[in-house]
Amino acid sequence: MTATDLKSYRPPVIELSEEGDELLEVAMGPHHPSTHGVFRMDVALDGERVVRLKPVFGYLHRNHEKIAETTSYLASMPYTDRLDYFCSLTNNWAYAIAVEKLAGMEVPERAQYIRVITAELTRIQNHASAIGFLLQEMGASGTPLMYAFREREKILDLFEALTGSRMMCNYMRFGGCRVELPKGWLEQVSKIVDGLPEFIDETEALLTGNEILMARTQGVGILKPDLAVNAGVTGPMLRATGVNYDIRKVDHYGIYDRFKFRVPLGDHGDIYDRYMIRILEMRESIEILKQAIKDIPAGPIMDPKSKIRGFRPKAGEAYGRIEAPKGELGFYLISDGSPNPYRYRVRPPSLINLTVLEDMCLGRNVADVVLIFGSVDIVLGEVDR
Amino acid sequence: MAVEPDLKIELGKQGVFVTTISEIYNWGRKNSVWPMQFGLACCAIEMIATTMARYDLARFGAEVFRPSPRQADLMIISGTITKKMAPQVVRLYNQMAEPKYVIAMGACAISGGPFKQGYNVLKGIDRYIPVDVHIPGCPPRPEALIHAFMTLQARIDAQPLTGGDRPRHLDADAQGLFPVPEQGAHDLEPPVNRLVWPLPAPSTSGKPTGSCE
Ligand code: SF4
Repeated sequence: MTATDLKSYRPPVIELSEEGDELLEVAMGPHHPSTHGVFRMDVALDGERVVRLKPVFGYLHRNHEKIAETTSYLASMPYTDRLDYFCSLTNNWAYAIAVEKLAGMEVPERAQYIRVITAELTRIQNHASAIGFLLQEMGASGTPLMYAFREREKILDLFEALTGSRMMCNYMRFGGCRVELPKGWLEQVSKIVDGLPEFIDETEALLTGNEILMARTQGVGILKPDLAVNAGVTGPMLRATGVNYDIRKVDHYGIYDRFKFRVPLGDHGDIYDRYMIRILEMRESIEILKQAIKDIPAGPIMDPKSKIRGFRPKAGEAYGRIEAPKGELGFYLISDGSPNPYRYRVRPPSLINLTVLEDMCLGRNVADVVLIFGSVDIVLGEVDR
Repeated sequence: MAVEPDLKIELGKQGVFVTTISEIYNWGRKNSVWPMQFGLACCAIEMIATTMARYDLARFGAEVFRPSPRQADLMIISGTITKKMAPQVVRLYNQMAEPKYVIAMGACAISGGPFKQGYNVLKGIDRYIPVDVHIPGCPPRPEALIHAFMTLQARIDAQPLTGGDRPRHLDADAQGLFPVPEQGAHDLEPPVNRLVWPLPAPSTSGKPTGSCE
């Protein structure tokens, strides 16, 4: 602030609550041990009670959408990895679906199975980490996150063997997948999948009946189903409120109609339900993985007609969406027939799930804000893009 | 002045332990580095993975990530720094205790990385604060972070306590606070800190030697 800037200088306003008490304004973030990322919440407190909460976005705005509009369709694929950096493979898939719709491409059977396998592995490691971080924020520093990351590392080993990278996998292509599975990879996957139920049991034994966890999460951060639907909330957050909406069931993208699995639903919409939904979803993902590994056919992994380089879809528009671990991830593309999209828009679940943060936090203590925020499960790369 | 290694070993065999103040001082410093709990983007996840069971940064005496900059002396810049975040990064750096160190982790922290074209992305944090170790990669693997950590330890170990290369906290004239940039009309003001981001050397042939965008 320079001295000439006086006009824009705003002295701190002391606001009064309805009862006439002074309110304390606190900026939680953008660097705060509990926001795990560069996110800021401007909270107005009456004592410990939250009377207002405004999220402040944009500390990680990296121009993803604009950069994608200036590069070719293929060149955006690695950028999608960096959106939700826990789930690069599902991001790839959503983008690939959008482009495939735009260009009317077919995906071979084997590639569809590979996509399901990688996506469900991604879901498991995302949910495991989400639970670990939630507990970390509750003050259980260490153990649950250590368990989660132990399991995550095993899954990352699989990704690394398949794609050459631990986190930024960049594996899917329009019309299929980039490389064939390495030798023995599927056996490796089924070995790890067989070990996963034990990990989930172990986590549950530690957490599900834990008194502190129950006391801090049951009845806290309640989200009502009608508000959730109206705000566009999706994913585990929505299903924890009891609304039966899973894009894998509704839209049947890929080959999800071939697998038998259930959609777990909560009925309170509180933090505890969100935690339970993630545990149950991991168990369902294991079922899907077992079926997919059993049925995967031989064959090509790439549509031989699909053209990757010099790719120019006809003018038109398309929206591709999937059930990403955090909710509905969609890519909306408009093509004008040139090699790069005319408009490229991401519909990120993290951002839209965050819009109900204030409603969940009002009237709660500031310590609960940390937990409620943790239970949304966001990744800032996707929020700010 | 260091003791000759051969003489030291020989004396050690006789039960005489010889050392210097700087050796003991640096040994203590290098084995108790406290990183700040501070993540910016994707690279932060690999930083967290480094502290978890498989990679176990605790082996280096650095397992406790401090939630407050006042308790930390190592800043790992793990991820993309946007121009909206850069002032906060410099401010946090200023608040850390001396002697303090910076590891720039990943392409974004070094240069803006894949998002370099973005109008809102800072093209490297070394424009504002001194960086001790750069790690390339997008994201660098945990092993790379550990390697950077060991490089930093080697650097600390080799720091003389007197003379021109002495650490900043032992130099009364050295600058400890770095100017925090502000949002200007078009860009951050100032766009770079000239103390840590010097102008390119003047060319002798009359042609510019490079841009310092
Ligand atoms: S270097 Fe790569 S992984 Fe690291 S923050 Fe930048 S984009 Fe993310």
